[in-house]
Amino acid sequence: MLEDVVIAGIGQIQVGEHWETSLRSHAARAILAARSEVPSLQPDMLVIGNMLGSTISHQANLGALVADWANLSGVDAPTVEASGASGGAALRLGVMAVSSRQADVVVVLGVEKITDSVQTGQDRALTQMMDTDYEAMPGLTPSGQAGLVMNRYMAQYQVPAGAFAGFAVNAHANGAHNPNAMFRKPITRQRYDEAEVVAPPVNQMDVAPAADGAAAVILTRREWLPADYAMPVVRVAASNLVTDSLALHDRSDPMLFQAARLSSERAFRQAGISPAEVDLFELDDAYSIYAALQLEAAGFAAAGQGWLLAQDGSIIPRGRVPICTLGGSKARGNPIGAVGVYQAVEAVLQLRGKAGGSQVPEARVAMLQNWGGPASTVATHILMRE
Amino acid sequence: MEVPRYWRNRNQRYALVGEVCPHCEVKIFPPRDVCPACGQDAKTKFSFSGRGEVYSYTTISDAPAGYEENAPYTVALVKLEEGPVVTAQLTDLGQEPVSIGMPVEMVTRRIRQDGGKEGILVYGYKFRPVMAVAR
Ligand SMILES: [Zn+2]
Repeated sequence: MLEDVVIAGIGQIQVGEHWETSLRSHAARAILAARSEVPSLQPDMLVIGNMLGSTISHQANLGALVADWANLSGVDAPTVEASGASGGAALRLGVMAVSSRQADVVVVLGVEKITDSVQTGQDRALTQMMDTDYEAMPGLTPSGQAGLVMNRYMAQYQVPAGAFAGFAVNAHANGAHNPNAMFRKPITRQRYDEAEVVAPPVNQMDVAPAADGAAAVILTRREWLPADYAMPVVRVAASNLVTDSLALHDRSDPMLFQAARLSSERAFRQAGISPAEVDLFELDDAYSIYAALQLEAAGFAAAGQGWLLAQDGSIIPRGRVPICTLGGSKARGNPIGAVGVYQAVEAVLQLRGKAGGSQVPEARVAMLQNWGGPASTVATHILMRE
Repeated sequence: MEVPRYWRNRNQRYALVGEVCPHCEVKIFPPRDVCPACGQDAKTKFSFSGRGEVYSYTTISDAPAGYEENAPYTVALVKLEEGPVVTAQLTDLGQEPVSIGMPVEMVTRRIRQDGGKEGILVYGYKFRPVMAVAR
């Protein structure tokens, strides 16, 4: 049972291109910020979500490094890699550790330091999230993969050009209210329409820009919360991770995104709620097409109709199913293996009523979904305010 | 990328050699020695016809290192007539616009070049439109 796992503290650094600072300092700052919310809790475990430390920073063994730099030397400290879903997978492992009583106070850190390399090195490293022998070898890229999905989707469901603009417009409108976002200005529909094509039909405004970031949450069981804990208690009501074939072409139906469906269904069952009870959905908008697909997989729209929710106001903070409420990866920035932990931090801000200008009114239930590739790995969590 | 890796996958890459499951007849590409349909051993070699149709496609302009000489190039998911789908570049497109459902056939072409003029050349499968006469 997960019923007594709570998120007691949160911390984050602003997402962006931080050429002047290092992975270890970003990680330590996020952890210290989270710990400062509950200074009396002494962590006995650190779980790190990260994809690119070994390739871009040439740094493995992050557990020992980060634990030392965050003054946590001695703690249990594994690193979890699941490409873009590394953060969600780390959160999942942290929840397992606390709920199984293998640990009492766990720091879950998502960290990505992409600017230890220049653009070509970043692109090459990110290509590893696909099947190296059979997708990268013929020259496919992650953006190309999204292009293949979006092209087929638009043909199959007769979706008009420009249908996905609402995802970028909503993300940037919300990011304008987030002091930790990389981009803090709204964009117009015209900006979307004029964006450079990346991998048709995907354009630059369909792509969340890769960036540096570090975010942390403190997990514990309710009994460990200090007596004077003054913030609303946020409980982890569901936690799971589902995998699919790594390569799109290895799936019996490449447009099914079965892992996203199974992970969403399991999360609703674990939490004992229906999609209608979700107040906000922090989905993974690495590409706008993936946002539409997650709305469908979670049951907020029928197959082929997720894009319609970006046209009728459903996804804005006061809409039926608010998404990317603090900018999502499009405007907050996409710190690859840290995204899942940023989602948790942002959802907790919403549930505490501290999300500022993009606050979802009376938010009580938040769903988080984190994708590695085109739903090759999917981690879903549901958080509830008591 | 590394030489052993190129060498290990050469048969698949040059000739679309996969497997057929002796238990349920499912055709498998790339070869994985275990049938994804029935879960039993499947090590019987099978040469695919190389014919199929475009399931989806896109264009890569910002090519990864080693792929620049062909950029921009079209990458497609090709559904082979025997069932499996493969990711591959399209080539010899001429003036014909690519479309979903377009019939294509396999050819062997240079895929990438590593490390400049002296580097490794990698050849492998690409697909081209089926000529009207050949249909
Ligand atoms: Zn079989």
